[in-house]
Amino acid sequence: SKISVVHCFYFRGGAELLFDGVKKHQVTLPCQPEPWDIRNLLKWIKQNLLKERPELFIQGESVRPGILVLINDADWELMGELDYKLQDQDNVLFISTLHGG
Amino acid sequence: GSGAGVPGDRPGVPGDRPCPRSHPRTCMKCGQGTAALVIRVGDPFCRGCFREYFVHKFRAMLGKNRVIFPGEKVLLAVSGGPASSAMIRQVQEGLSREAAKRLRFVPSLVYIEEGAVCGQSPEQREQTLAQMETLLQATGFPYHLVHLEEVLGTRVLQPVQHGRPFLQGGCGQLHPAAAAGWGRWHLCAWSQRPGQDSRTPGTPRLPDPAQTQELLRAFEAAGTATAREELLQMLRTHLIVQTARNRGYTKVMTGESLTRVAIKLLTNLSLGRGAFLAVDTGFRDQRHGDVMVVRPMRDYTAKEIAFYNHFFGVPTVIVPPLFTKRREKLSIHQLIERFLLGLQEEFPATISTVYRTGEKLSPEPAKASSESQRCLLCLCGLDIEGDTSPSHCGTAGAGATPQGYPSGW
Ligand SMILES: [Zn+2]
Repeated sequence: SKISVVHCFYFRGGAELLFDGVKKHQVTLPCQPEPWDIRNLLKWIKQNLLKERPELFIQGESVRPGILVLINDADWELMGELDYKLQDQDNVLFISTLHGG
Repeated sequence: GSGAGVPGDRPGVPGDRPCPRSHPRTCMKCGQGTAALVIRVGDPFCRGCFREYFVHKFRAMLGKNRVIFPGEKVLLAVSGGPASSAMIRQVQEGLSREAAKRLRFVPSLVYIEEGAVCGQSPEQREQTLAQMETLLQATGFPYHLVHLEEVLGTRVLQPVQHGRPFLQGGCGQLHPAAAAGWGRWHLCAWSQRPGQDSRTPGTPRLPDPAQTQELLRAFEAAGTATAREELLQMLRTHLIVQTARNRGYTKVMTGESLTRVAIKLLTNLSLGRGAFLAVDTGFRDQRHGDVMVVRPMRDYTAKEIAFYNHFFGVPTVIVPPLFTKRREKLSIHQLIERFLLGLQEEFPATISTVYRTGEKLSPEPAKASSESQRCLLCLCGLDIEGDTSPSHCGTAGAGATPQGYPSGW
């Protein structure tokens, strides 16, 4: 039951600038007893992908206001937001609508 | 389902995979499609209905305001950012519709290249320019490229409507919000140079490095991030309006979104520009006299624009923001953006409420009774000396005398 699964994360609208300008990250998340949800995913991104100034991307346990999240090309507001449970091959897209700073 | 796939560098969804939720929400508009996003008023929309809603809104905005005439030359100000890129697409959509619903004006594009003040190296500027030219060319519309340095060579700081040039080598007055922390002598130096037109083919792509240095000195002389942001916005507007004037356009369209308008509104209040709220944020801006600026995107949230661009493959170019100095406070613009978006998170109606408040403002109060009472940079009436004329302070609260920024900014 502990097979690792592959996900794609995308960053757009300037959010990629926080990830060395890389727009697409193909990632194998480590196995854990509970299924990954977006809440845990954001923690993992903060620790593993986000090298500097995490406050520009994360606020509290969620994304910073002004950053949109799409799960499999749909608004995360339709998918349960932080509670959405990731499935194999899911892709998650983060689009920044912020101007700067 | 994923709808019509758009080719290009974007994530797609395999078409036949079931939705991860056991009960995907359906579109409230058609009652059939799978919802793809929640729009401003909280309704789930499918892609198809969202597209219709988005395209319709643009037409409705122009139709309601009736300021653009058939055959009129209109200059679209584009930055490569999401809102102005979505605006180009709406104009393309409007021009390609069936005759009864077709837009009938004649569009061109203008791009102000600001790399000099965004911390870009010459190589990075060249790169951004190349990306922008690809984007501009792909539209098939005529376009103009203008470097921000060109404010050094043109007399951009004069309203033409009132006859004589306003700034004949002398120093005019600045509204405190425009002047704070910013060297006034630059204005004089700039205005006395012989005018020149935007770049001609065959000349080097980037301006003379000496000009870039001079422009940077002017921005570095601005004491705060807030002053630099205001300066950039005003110089950009001047170059756009000047381009329109020189090339015979009578209307300019700019791409401020509803989110941007709400931020601008609160920023203006914080800067003591309360009297100019309507002219700075309304649909039409007539302060330039012979060239009218209109804001047809001010009904769309930044979220709607981002989703539209993503779903329908609208190309954009990312440009870094205005440079910041080390250990410097954020600009009021940035702080208001954070504040408003944070508030929106807890109280989802916040931004629309601010926007609707802006709808109720009348553009009249910003009218100056004579040209000597207009600010050199923003061209709004100076509501400073004791306010004897009632025409300067029609908006509640605008009678307060702005004294520059509160200390500490
Ligand atoms: Zn629908």
